[in-house]
Parts: sequence; structure tokens; C-alpha cells
Amino acid sequence: MRAVDGVSFDMMAGERRGVVGESGSGKSVTAMSIMRLIEPPAGEIVTGTIEFQGQNLLALPEDDMQDVRGGRIAMIFQDPMTSLNPVYTVGDQLIETIMLHQHVSKHDARRIAADALGDVQIPEPMARLDDYPHQFSGGMRQRVMIAMGLSCNPDLLIADEPTTALDVTTQAQIMDLMLKLAEDRGTAVMLITHDLGVVAGFCDTIQVMYAGGIVEYGNATDLFGNPQHPYTWGLLGSMTRLDESHTERLHSVRGAPPSLINPPLGCRFNPRCDFVQDICHDSYPALRESGRESQIAACHLATELDLNTIDVTGVVGS
Amino acid sequence: MTDVIQPATIPGVGDLPSDVLIRVDGLVKEFPIKRGVFFKKQIGAVQAVSGISFEIKSGETLGLVGESGSGKSTAARCILRLLEPTAGNVYFQKTQDHGADLPPIVEIAHADKQTMRILREEMQIVFQDPFASLNPRMTVASIVSEPLIVHGVGSAEERLEKVKDLLRVVGLSPEHTNRYPHEFSGGQRQRIGIARALALNPALIVLDEPVSALDVSIQAQVLNLLADLQDELGLTYLFIAHDLSVVRHISDRVAVMYLGKLVEVADRDDMYERPMHPYSHALLSAVPIPDPELELKRKRILLEGDIPSPANPPAACRFHTRCPKFVEGHCDTEEPMLRELEPGHWAACHYPEVQQLF
Amino acid sequence: MTDLLNRPGDGASDDAEGLAVEPITQWDLFIARLRRHRLAMISSIFLFVVIIISFVVGPLLKCDKGATECEFPQLWDHTQGLKDDDDRLLVNIAPRGSIPFGTDELGRDVLTRVVRGGQASLTVGIVTGLLVASLGTVVGALAGYYPGVVDQALMRFTDLILGLPLLPVAIVVGRLLPELTFLPDWMQSGPWGIAFLLGFLLWGSLARIVRAEFLSLREKEFVEAARAAGASDRRIIFRHILPNAMSPIIVQTTLIIGAAIIIEAALSFLGFGVRPPTPTWGGMAASGAGVAVRGFWWELVFSASALVMTVLAVNFIGDGLRDALDPTQTIERK
Repeated sequence: MRAVDGVSFDMMAGERRGVVGESGSGKSVTAMSIMRLIEPPAGEIVTGTIEFQGQNLLALPEDDMQDVRGGRIAMIFQDPMTSLNPVYTVGDQLIETIMLHQHVSKHDARRIAADALGDVQIPEPMARLDDYPHQFSGGMRQRVMIAMGLSCNPDLLIADEPTTALDVTTQAQIMDLMLKLAEDRGTAVMLITHDLGVVAGFCDTIQVMYAGGIVEYGNATDLFGNPQHPYTWGLLGSMTRLDESHTERLHSVRGAPPSLINPPLGCRFNPRCDFVQDICHDSYPALRESGRESQIAACHLATELDLNTIDVTGVVGS
Repeated sequence: MTDVIQPATIPGVGDLPSDVLIRVDGLVKEFPIKRGVFFKKQIGAVQAVSGISFEIKSGETLGLVGESGSGKSTAARCILRLLEPTAGNVYFQKTQDHGADLPPIVEIAHADKQTMRILREEMQIVFQDPFASLNPRMTVASIVSEPLIVHGVGSAEERLEKVKDLLRVVGLSPEHTNRYPHEFSGGQRQRIGIARALALNPALIVLDEPVSALDVSIQAQVLNLLADLQDELGLTYLFIAHDLSVVRHISDRVAVMYLGKLVEVADRDDMYERPMHPYSHALLSAVPIPDPELELKRKRILLEGDIPSPANPPAACRFHTRCPKFVEGHCDTEEPMLRELEPGHWAACHYPEVQQLF
Repeated sequence: MTDLLNRPGDGASDDAEGLAVEPITQWDLFIARLRRHRLAMISSIFLFVVIIISFVVGPLLKCDKGATECEFPQLWDHTQGLKDDDDRLLVNIAPRGSIPFGTDELGRDVLTRVVRGGQASLTVGIVTGLLVASLGTVVGALAGYYPGVVDQALMRFTDLILGLPLLPVAIVVGRLLPELTFLPDWMQSGPWGIAFLLGFLLWGSLARIVRAEFLSLREKEFVEAARAAGASDRRIIFRHILPNAMSPIIVQTTLIIGAAIIIEAALSFLGFGVRPPTPTWGGMAASGAGVAVRGFWWELVFSASALVMTVLAVNFIGDGLRDALDPTQTIERK
């Protein structure tokens, strides 16, 4: 099974990128590949390069990769309950990470750890270093994970669904915190999520993934305002919005995402697409300019379709 | 304008207005905390639901929202008697005859087993997790026909026909009766769960986070299906969710819970455009909107800290520990009652104020 | 400007959705899944053959003629030693043509005794397994489904049973069994008494497993859904919870069957199991071990092999049954 198939993209230093997709779209696998966290027999990276600050990460020896992981690229995960080891104090785990990547004494590491907790707005950071993970709430634990991720001043932070397990008011706190920290330190952030709302307030650029490939890329405003790929367009139409009081049916994307063991021929979105034509069954569309400078879409019809003029009610999917 | 919902007033037969399907009155649910090696002793209680009262009119959708620990799912399960309520009453106006000697309005919270069995034909539930809510060892046919079997409806052939009809109604192929749940996608499984809930022609369906486990594109399909079913079958929904955008789309009225209590109840647009309780306001302001320009302009109210433990809730107003409008000596000493501040707009706050959200 | 490139992967289109499907019953699927488990299939055939030989063939094959005139494959009397023409016992004869497994230190044919010993060992295993499965499931199910007093009482009793030291109790009771004259004869001597004894000593672990399964399954949403539909406790237990708890019950039961055979062997080895001269694999292994040090290896090797292979076969079958009972194991629809 190809979970991710021919995905290529660049990220600038300090850029905040949103990677959006439904389950099975390959967004998490992409991130795990960057961190080289996919190991046989679970899976392997068949071909490709991942270049980070001039270095091909896929060619690095495992020892050097360990320095990159947690040092120059940090990652935080969805579930703050399982990503902290319950038998060690939060301080132990922070200090371990810091001493692994920075050449400092244990005493200094403890001070850095306390600062890191302070930076994520955990009250009384010095005292809380000695607490165990179960003494923190879900939101606080995710703050600890962020502190751990940022403690070594990475250049890239990969956040995989960091707020999905949290309540909405806690999510707002965490996203606000991440935005502040990323802006202050100039850290590039790759935010992986299924929630289009979360990326809207956080990201400069967005790539939409579907069935293992990127279907659309653009800056946030353009992509939300003028989606060029029918999938992006359908996804936005499927979303209920807090600020809109519509009683009519939602424009849903019909069907379900394809099996990656046996994906459709041609464009992988063709079984669900409202605008499907013969060419869509024949060849896989490459990402192409769509008339807007910053925006590219993997759709044969990208330049011809003007999705914004289409009356949604006319093509409602079942 | 300052009408207080009195808990536990027991109306006589016929006391429920004819357009009200169900009235919840002072519902309380406590979970005992037990400790001990041999025979466990109760050492305390967590009050998950602390005296909530509301009504649902026939054919409307009431959205019940709140964060985790607010008690919304517990309240729903007490209404269906899947949990035994500790106190309070639930009055249900029956819509079918059932051929039994039942009064037109039945009190559910204290109903006996036999009455409850009959009433289950009137109220059903759809669960959040489409993977956990279907028995993996039963075929679709046996899952959907279970309520029919339990209530002795029809012969085996008639039930199979009914199952096929139901599958068609929820947008599945009637040929799939012999398949097992794991052969379906999440959205399809949720449709099976909906078909099961519809089997007995209920009047009320409790939807407990029915779309929160689904992908966005599938969510929309299921929401459309629910709306269609309501139109066609005249169903009444109690829609429980933490996703406020979904609730705005589907509900007619919305009730907000915080730590086991209702803090605000209002018509849908009133709630979303003019919330009065500071918690509702903060909750709504925290919901992200898929519109980068709007997100830039929006002002967020970031609450301090986390929801306190329901085992030890704050005194008086339960929100006072996190409230941006907290007044010392009032909010922490006197509990605000749920009052009707404007017609149809209720809030439990000493200092309610209409907030503009956008 | 970002440079992006997407390449297609190849594969055929997926159009299975919506086609009419022949009804496949749960039983068909069960058999199909079991068939795929090759080890379990081989083990089943092996165990079937062992059972037939032990219970049907063994008792039938008997030679009425004088000991020396009987030829293989007619089996010898398992209680009598072989004698030569001079009426001397053929003690510790190595395997050879007409005596393929050799003779033991009393001159008895080892093949005959291995075949007859299977009857005792398998009776102990199967009867113990059935007893444990029923007792453990009933106690575990009641405790798991009815929390509170029922659960507490049953579980404390289970703890008590689990707390009993198995071998000492088995030895004492095993020794007392022949003295208990109020018991029927078949209970006092032979495999049945041992089987009942082991059954009552070994159900505790299964009860705990079943209770844990019931505790977690009764909170599952599909059980709540059944309750919301108005289903009775009985229906919920038998239709919803028990089928989903079958895997651990079956696996644990097969483990118990294996364990019972081995414990019986241990008891016989120690001299407290089935009374001689009835042969059991364990008893034979014990006497075989005694002579093996003098180089007469055959009695030990053949009886122990029969024991080990049978226990392994039972465990493999358990594995296969567990997989076959799991509906999420996919079978290609044709």
C-alpha cells in the first residue's frame, strides 16, 4: 500500500504551513517520514529525498538523525496522554531531552526546563518540574509537550493534530500559545490537522492532501477564498460554520475516500468529483498553476473551472 | 422577565403543553466514589448532572453543547434511563397508543421496567463511535432488526423486509444485510446505527455526538441525512455535541452546559449572535472559523485554566473561577438561577450582557 | 515559488461497492477462516486420530492367544508383561520389529500402554477443560455483569480458589479419593476423579478473565444500544456480550486442557494420579525416567512425545478457533 505517493513540497524558514486532509490522506505519514520515524516492517520510504537546511535527511546515519530529531526538528503528537512516560516526572523527561541535544550541566538543564515550562505559561514552573504527567490536565500536558519540543530551539516544529484531543476552549489557548511562540522565535511550524478552521487562524500557507497526494497548495487567504481543486471546494462546502446560519443542506462530497491498496486510476478524486470528465480517468493530474500566482492544484480542469461561480444547490451530492 | 424554572414541580396528567414532547425537570445524576478492598464503601459522589431542566418541542432539534465533563452525555443517558437518575423528573408525551394502559404523559425517571420497555419504542439513541456501537459479531440484518425482535414486531420475513426498507431510507444498499460492520466505512456504519434507531418509529432520537468521529466530507453526508429524516418522519432530536459549528447548522434551539448545569438556553441564532452568558461567549469565541481574514479580525476570549473537577465543583456559580466578569462576594456566594432574560432566551448569570461575536 | 510534483501510482479501480452479494452465513465464514489456519487444521486431524486410537482402536485390539504367539499389530494386554518361551519376562526390550516401542521394566509393551494411556490423559484434559469452561464462564459472567454484592462475593470466592496451592491440594485430595467411599466408583479411581478435582481447582483464572471481559464489554456502546432497544439482561448477555468474550474463553480453555494433561502427568509422576496398573502418559514418563538413566530411553521418549504433541495440538487448535471466531478476519468474497 502506498500511503504517500509522490509528494513534493518546499517550506521556508519560519513559515507556518498547514497540512490538511481527512484520515488516510497521508498527512501524518508525510510528517513521520520527515522525522524518519517509519521503520520496517511497518513501512518504508521507497524513493525520494528530504532536504533540510542543505542536508538530505534520508541519507544521514541514524546517529546524526537522532541529533536532528528533537534538536533541529521537533514533533508533538495528538495524544498528550500517551506521549509522556507516566513513570518519570515531567522535569526528568524535559531535562533528558535538553541534555541529549545541548551540552549543559544537569543544573543548567533544569533551569532551561523550568524556563521552557514558563514559556508555555505553566504557573510555578520550577515546582511543577517534579510533578508526574498524571498530575497535569490534558491541556497542560500538551503545553508540556510543546515546551519539550521547543526546549532546544528547533528550526522546524511538526505538530500532528496537537489539539484534536482537547476541548475547544483549551484548543484556543494552545493555538494562541503556539502562534505566539512561533512568531517570537521564528520557528517554522508544520501543522497537520483535519480541521480547516484551526489552520485558517494559524497558517500562512496550506497544502490539502487527498489519498496520499497533494491536491492543492496555496496561501491561506487564496485557498479558502478561491479553492481551485474540486476536493478543496467540496471540503469547504461540507463544513458547518459557526458564523453562518444556513438551514439548507450542506454541499457534501459524495462517497468515501478510496482504498489506497487499490486506488482509482487517473485522478484519485474522480469517483467523488462533481466535474469528472474522460481525461480524469486516464491520467493523474500534476500540480499546475491555476491562474493565481500563489496557488497550484492537481486538477485537469483547474484553469477551466471557476468554482466560485457554481451554484452549490445545483450540484448537491448525495 | 425573571421567571425561574422551578425544579421538581410535578404536573398532573395533561399538564404538558401539547407541542412539548419531553420535559426534563431538575434532573440530577450522581456517581458514587467507592473505595475498599473487600466490600466497597461509598466515600463520596461526583455530581455529573446537577439539576437541569428544559423542554423539547415536537419536531424541533435541541442542541446540547458543552465541553468534556459538562455532563451532557450523562444527562441524555438519564433521560433514556440508560443510567438511573438520582433525582428529578422526565415527562414524556407519548405519540403512539402501544396498546397498553399508559397515561398520555408518562414520567420516565421513576417508570417501572415494563413501562420503560414500552417507552423505548418512542425514544432511541445514535452513538458517537460508529465502531463501538455495532456488535462486531452480528450481521447488519440482525443489528437493525434487534429492536423489532425485542419488541416482537412482525414475523422473520416481515422484519427482513423492514430492515431492507430502513437501509434504503438511510442510503445503504438493501443487499448488504448479510455483511458485518467491519466491512463498512465509518459513515456507512453510522448510517446503520441510524437505521437501528429508526426501526421502531420513535418520536425522539438522542444523537450523542453522531458526527464527531467522522471525516468532514462524511460528516456533511450524515448531517444531510439527519435533516432529511427529520423532515420526512417528523422526528424530534436531542443533538449532543461539542462541535458548536455543527450544532448551529442542525439545531433550532441550543442549550449550553458547564459542569453539570445549564448556563444558557436560547434560539439558535440568538445563541450564536447574541450570547448572554460569559461562558457561552468564551466558548463561541474559541471555535475556529475556516476563513483566514475573519480569523485575523476576531477577538478571542481565552479562559484561564481548565474545567474544575466535577468531583469538587466551585461553590455558587460554577464558572466563577474562570469568568472574566467575576465579581467577588457575589458570584462565589450566591448561585445564579437560570432566568428568562428575553423571550425564549435564558441565562444563569448575575451579570448577563449581550455580547457581539462578530 | 514552491515546486510541487505529484505522480500517480498504478492500480485497478475499486468497484466492488454496491454489487449484490451472496448471503454467507456465519458458519461458512467460521469454517473458511479455520481452514486457512493450517497448523490448527493439522492439529485437529492429529488430535482426532489420537482420540480415535485411544478410545476406539486401543480397547478393540487385544490378543487372546498366548503372549508369544501374538504378533504386531495385535496389541498386548497393557497389564501383563511379555514373556519368552521359558516364561521369563521380557524386561526393558529395545524397540524392534514386533515390539516397535519396546517393553518397560515389567516387560509390558510400551506401544500398548501409550495407546491406553492416551485414554486416561485425554479424559482428564477434556473433562477438566469442560468443567473449567462452564464454571469459569458462569462465575465470571455473573460477577462481571452484576457489579456490587454478587461480584464481590463471587470474586472473593475465586480468590480463595486461586489461593489454594495446586499440587499439595491435588496430592492430598488425590490420595484421599480412594478412601471416600461415599463417592461412586468411577470418581474414586481413574481419570474422572482427577479430572473433577483439577476442574474445581483451575477455573479461577478463567473466571477472572471472563469477568474482566464482561466488565469492559458491558460498557460498550453496542450493549448500551441493545439496552436502549429494550433488550433483556438475558438477551444482552447471551447475544451481545458472550459471543464477544468467546476468544479469551476458548484460548484459556485450551490452555487449561493442556495444563490439566500435564498436571495429571505430574501427579502420576509423583504417584498420586491415576492408580496403576491403568497407564497414563505421565505415569509412564515417571517410570520411564527411572529406567532411562540406565539407557532404556524408549518408555520415557514415547510417552513424553505423545504428551507434548497432544498438548501442542490442543493449543494450536485454540489459536485457530480464536482466529476463526473473529469476524474481522477478512475472507475474500467470491
